[in-house]
Amino acid sequence: MDVGFSSLRSEAVGAMRTALVSAENLQLTLKTELSQEEQALTHTKSSPKETHKTGNEDLKEMLESNKDSLKLEAMKRVVGLIAKGKNASELFPAVVKNVASKNIELKKLVYVYLVRYAEEQQDLALLSISTFQRALKDPNQFIRGSALRVLSSIRVPIIVPIMMLAIKEAAADLSPYVRKTSAHAIQKLYSMDPDQKEQLIEVIEKLLKDKSTLVAGSVVMAFEEVCPDRIDLIHKNYRKLCNLLVDVEEWGQVVIISMLTRYARTQFTSPWKEGAMFDENNEKAFYDSDSEEKKDQTEAQPYIMDPDHRLLLRNTKPLLQSRNTAVVMSVAQLYWHLAPKHEVNIVTKSLVRLLRSHREVQYIVLQNIATMSIQRKGMFEPFMKSFYVRSTDATHIKTLKLEILTNLANEANISTILREFQTYVKSQDKAFAAATIQAIGRCATNISEVTDTCLNGLVLLLSNRDETVVAESVVVIKKLLQTQPTQHSEIIKHMAKLFDNITVSMARASILWLMGEYCERVPKIAPDVLRKMAKTFTAEEDIVKLQTVNLAAKLYLTNSKQTKLLTQYILNLGKYDQSYDIRDRTRFIRQLIVPNEKSGALNKYARRILLAPKPAPVLESAFKDRDRYQLGTLSHSLNTKAAGYLELSDWPAVAPDQSVRNVEVIEPVQEWAPLVGKTKKPKSDKFYSDDEEEKEEERSKSSGSEDSSSSSSSSSSDESGSESEEESSEESDKTSSDSGKSSSGSEKSSSESEPEQKKKKKMTKAPQKKSKPTAAFSDSDENGNGPVAQASSSSAESSSDSETDSEDDSDSDSHATQQKKKRDVKSKPKVEVKSKVEVSLLDLDDFSPAPTNAPKSLVVSSSLLSDLEGLSLSNISSTMQVTTPSFGPVKTYELLHHMTGKGLSAKYHFSRQPCLYQPSMVAVQVILTNSSDHSLEEIHIGDRSPASLNIHCFNTIERLEPEASVTVSMGIDFSDSTQAANFQLCTKEDQFSVSIQPAVGELLMPSTMTEQDFSKEQGKLLGMNETSATITMATANTSSQAISKQVLCAANVGVVSSSANNFHRFAGRTVSSRALVLVSLELKESSTALLTINTEKSVMASMLLRDLKQALAQA
Amino acid sequence: MIHSLFLINASGDIFLEKHWKSVVSRSVCDYFFEAQERATEPENVPPVIPTPHHYLISVLRHRIYFVAVIQSEVPPLFVIEFLHRVVDTFQDYFGVCTEAAIKDNVVVVYELLEEMLDNGFPLATESNILKELIKPPTILRTMVNTITGSTNVGEQLPTGQLSVVPWRRTGVKYTNNEAYFDVVEEIDAIIDKSGSTITAEIQGVIDACVKLTGMPDLTLSFMNPRLLDDVSFHPCVRFKRWEAERILSFIPPDGNFRLLSYHVSSQNLVAIPVYIKHNITFREGSSQGRFDLTLGPKQTMGKAVESVLVSSQLPRGVLNANLNPSQGTYTFDPVTKMLSWDVGKINPQKLPSLKGTMSLQAGASKPDENPTINIQLKIQQMAISGLKVNRLDMYGEKYKPFKGIKYMTKAGKFQVRT
Repeated sequence: MDVGFSSLRSEAVGAMRTALVSAENLQLTLKTELSQEEQALTHTKSSPKETHKTGNEDLKEMLESNKDSLKLEAMKRVVGLIAKGKNASELFPAVVKNVASKNIELKKLVYVYLVRYAEEQQDLALLSISTFQRALKDPNQFIRGSALRVLSSIRVPIIVPIMMLAIKEAAADLSPYVRKTSAHAIQKLYSMDPDQKEQLIEVIEKLLKDKSTLVAGSVVMAFEEVCPDRIDLIHKNYRKLCNLLVDVEEWGQVVIISMLTRYARTQFTSPWKEGAMFDENNEKAFYDSDSEEKKDQTEAQPYIMDPDHRLLLRNTKPLLQSRNTAVVMSVAQLYWHLAPKHEVNIVTKSLVRLLRSHREVQYIVLQNIATMSIQRKGMFEPFMKSFYVRSTDATHIKTLKLEILTNLANEANISTILREFQTYVKSQDKAFAAATIQAIGRCATNISEVTDTCLNGLVLLLSNRDETVVAESVVVIKKLLQTQPTQHSEIIKHMAKLFDNITVSMARASILWLMGEYCERVPKIAPDVLRKMAKTFTAEEDIVKLQTVNLAAKLYLTNSKQTKLLTQYILNLGKYDQSYDIRDRTRFIRQLIVPNEKSGALNKYARRILLAPKPAPVLESAFKDRDRYQLGTLSHSLNTKAAGYLELSDWPAVAPDQSVRNVEVIEPVQEWAPLVGKTKKPKSDKFYSDDEEEKEEERSKSSGSEDSSSSSSSSSSDESGSESEEESSEESDKTSSDSGKSSSGSEKSSSESEPEQKKKKKMTKAPQKKSKPTAAFSDSDENGNGPVAQASSSSAESSSDSETDSEDDSDSDSHATQQKKKRDVKSKPKVEVKSKVEVSLLDLDDFSPAPTNAPKSLVVSSSLLSDLEGLSLSNISSTMQVTTPSFGPVKTYELLHHMTGKGLSAKYHFSRQPCLYQPSMVAVQVILTNSSDHSLEEIHIGDRSPASLNIHCFNTIERLEPEASVTVSMGIDFSDSTQAANFQLCTKEDQFSVSIQPAVGELLMPSTMTEQDFSKEQGKLLGMNETSATITMATANTSSQAISKQVLCAANVGVVSSSANNFHRFAGRTVSSRALVLVSLELKESSTALLTINTEKSVMASMLLRDLKQALAQA
Repeated sequence: MIHSLFLINASGDIFLEKHWKSVVSRSVCDYFFEAQERATEPENVPPVIPTPHHYLISVLRHRIYFVAVIQSEVPPLFVIEFLHRVVDTFQDYFGVCTEAAIKDNVVVVYELLEEMLDNGFPLATESNILKELIKPPTILRTMVNTITGSTNVGEQLPTGQLSVVPWRRTGVKYTNNEAYFDVVEEIDAIIDKSGSTITAEIQGVIDACVKLTGMPDLTLSFMNPRLLDDVSFHPCVRFKRWEAERILSFIPPDGNFRLLSYHVSSQNLVAIPVYIKHNITFREGSSQGRFDLTLGPKQTMGKAVESVLVSSQLPRGVLNANLNPSQGTYTFDPVTKMLSWDVGKINPQKLPSLKGTMSLQAGASKPDENPTINIQLKIQQMAISGLKVNRLDMYGEKYKPFKGIKYMTKAGKFQVRT
């Protein structure tokens, strides 16, 4: 019956199919619907296995028909099956027949099928081979390429020799496309038959020499898969790869960069030799990142960077602008692993940019930043706000950002970070809230100034409603208390009170441990807790039980009178516990503490064993040891070694022979685009000529400093060669030769001062002269003035911080011409700069953004300010407004003494007026006096540090007569920190570094409010935001007037009228961020008082507290 | 490098698989499903998952997981970037990247994947080259193909791959030559509860649609290029020229592409186009909460703020919201607790507001955090940073093209903490 049915069914289906075929022949478009319908039909009626079979039968028929459209339709359905993961292998014979089809689409689909199933049907797959072999000889390069592609993708071991032959032939093909395919085929063959390695390496070696950008990426990929240890193959191609890099397709770039990173680590010496020094002035190096400074540092060291090393760094730098995130990341890791420490910072911006990308990209980039930020805070600190968490971020993104923020925390920014953390703690995402608490704990241990604040905040969190938050807080408080166990019995008591309500076992265990550890500080409470625990012991988790036993033992030792029975009881319970851990522990503890005849010597030491002082735990970042993996790798991301991970070797102590990279023939570089192409050729020319120069120098055994100058020269001449603006710089040189000459003369004077250096220059004269014609080839012969500019500028660069000697000034011009020839080999980065200036005539402010920005931001900010004030109405009562101070004490500080200032002296005071220029600035009045006997000209403000410092400068004072003085006002944005503002005060001849260090009280502006508002605001700023201390005041200061005077003198705050006599309140806002600062002073008996400061800025609060304390203590 | 690719939909079905080397069993995805189960939200699935023999790297887009199977060390960003490129290509080809679209075009998808990767290493990812190899399906072409039996696969072989400008196909011809550029800026900001800006940045992109005959060489210059602090380019842009002159010089790809994305230097203060007055309160012990939200325009330089959409994830304790919008419509999903309010255009004379009450779970304690408010908006004809294109010139071709520049400002990740 069944059989009859199914045969009937298949008949019906068959009939339908014939109908379909005939419809197809009529080229009806209804076909697709029909086939679906038919499928549905068979699905409902027959078992799936049968469907398959019949379905495939049908396909077979179609494939064997002689109509291309039918075949194509069948193949499309077959591909559909493959895509769904269904087995279509039985169609193999029918499909493989079509491999030689004329229809391209059909052929491609057959290829797809072949590659998928050839491995399973090896014998049949061989049928197709001859077709490919024929195609390999096709005149069309694309057909050759795709034939090789499919041939090599068929994983049939028998054809290995055929593949080998095909690869070798293709590697010598004229078409770069075919050569690229052969590079891909190498990997495929290698994975199928590793025995072919030796032969394949030969092919790789050949392909590595290829000059096509198309091939470079693929062959390096093959190199990485087949023979990553054969770096000797790279030597000769190193410079070519560096130069081609920009034009290689993006995926190839990633592979090449990571290979070159490994290569460089084996071939060059460490640029971090003086690493310790760099680490110390990490910050400094960051801010003074101008090229001048850099040069100084490299000059100062005997370390010379290999020009090839420099070449790599320079050629990868533009790739930071790639749209491909993988490329940017790989350049970033290259700089991290290879660049001198102070140059790594250039990758920061690009990495931060990647954070705008997709979630997955963010994840990987944040992981890498987390690792970087542990070692180099300064790199990412200016971008701290980019790591603020948004509620829409995924949890793993949030925790990574938290990690980074914690790494970045330091004394200056901790209050901002803590305020941000306070928002996070309240997050609905409880896992994240818990992670935030951990982070607060880490900040607290790392930055001692905020430990107390954090601790207070965490204690407040103990009354949080959420259990995980409380539990996490307990655990973190435990760790914090351990680091500073003094004076915290209050907190321990508080935790003991909460103990009954906490159910998370880890938290309970932590409290019990704390009790035990500091039981002597809470002698009354600890036994009581133990009593409670004895009651609930059996119901507790293991970890709690263990800590209970511990607590019992410790109490027994310190307070046996009260706890002896309890301890015995608990030990008995533990003895019969289900967990062997607890039974073990109980047995051990009993032997240790209860004296009996068997216990022996150990007993005596029980106290020392159990109550030994324990080292505080170190709260460390989870990313601390991730840097053992190369950044950007899978291994780094997973923090375990992934299969195939290639270790990054340490720098060699002595650089291997660098001549191995020399190539005899000058290879013309493939042109990419007309503009770039034009400058390429000179580059390679120059590049190799530099080499010769260097060899000669080696021979002449020049001294260290000489070497450094020559290396810098060779590298920078490269630079200029590769820049495309070379042309324009030449032009500009020509046109403005006169001005160039005069300006270079003066520049030179400052640089070419040390006679020693001159001598050295002369010494190196000979070899440099030789190489001159090639190195200076594009500039010097065009006109005579070019080299002058070059020479002077290069020396300016190389010794820019050498002391200026006025005598040298006079004859510098004559030197200029003499030395022209000696030094014209030298590089001309300055020329580049000049060319930039020349070009920038179109847009001058491009290169000096700071001053032009100021007016604009001023406009925006003031409107913003008014908007903000409008907004705040909804939240804060309108009576609170910032007012001008009623009391303005003038405390003048010295900025520049007339002895150091060569006659110019400067004093400053804080005017306590709202700054006119920008509301976030503090107004400073500077009194400049000329106490010399000649007039001073062009007094202005020069360089400032940190570079980001926002100063509104006074207008340049053209002339200051002797004995005259002038008062100018300026605005400085201290960003609510007491970090000194350093800048240079310049006259026409001299510049003096000065610094203004604000007292914390000057960073405020007074604010008036009613008493009610004051207490309302104060109520919002409790916990972490409150700092208080009991102070002793000088007797003279007890009157309310005197108090006001002292407080107002120390800080720019406003008085809040008070109804109570023993209460004094002052209110202010910080200038930059407008955070409220509330000061209240409660007078107690005998000239003591309780001084409380409420503000979000906890660091400011503690400093203000200190200042006020001092002010009130002195009469 | 990339061994295999699995496409998994929201309900956890593998609906497409593709292998570039030997076949990896789809059971490897079980590790992925495990991780998916552990993650509470779809976004929380870690992008990199190690399994005993493989590594799974996945991206989630359009509610489809693209899971790549890796066998050995490879930069994870390499894979992630590639997967995103695959999604972009699908979107480019099919208009949308949904499960249905992929299933409908499975052959084209397969052909694309075949071309994009060879032995797991990217081969052709540039859309201009791909379109030369495989024509995107259009309704017209599908009809023509079924009638005439011709194919989607390009008849001529691609020449772009070999040219010096691999991103541009050769022999482009248009009767109307036009080049349009859209300058789109997004404001990312976090505003704290008192209305002051915690952090605000502007990110921008210039998307281009260039339909020009032949091999045009374009230069685009800005009035104020110094605004651009950090930039990334389409590979066609000549970096050296930008370094030297701050001019974008390029031979454009044919069709739509992203020319440039940039970040506006952080020294400039960011104008925040809207403000929000909010009052969201929950009282202890009562099962009611108050919700009061008013939007208003701020620094908009006189332009209208349009397509405003306010959304907020309300606390878990909120059962329902009974609100009254002064304009637009609002929806509240009681399951996800997502409140969204489609405001539309802001009228400065009559500020839109959303007021009412929220009912809380009886007996539940008051939520400790107020919800964050996310805002989306659009302002036409203005780039908030003030960036202006100066001029666009064309060299290399004789004809005169139509040129057009459009500016737009949007809110990116714009959050208000309450």
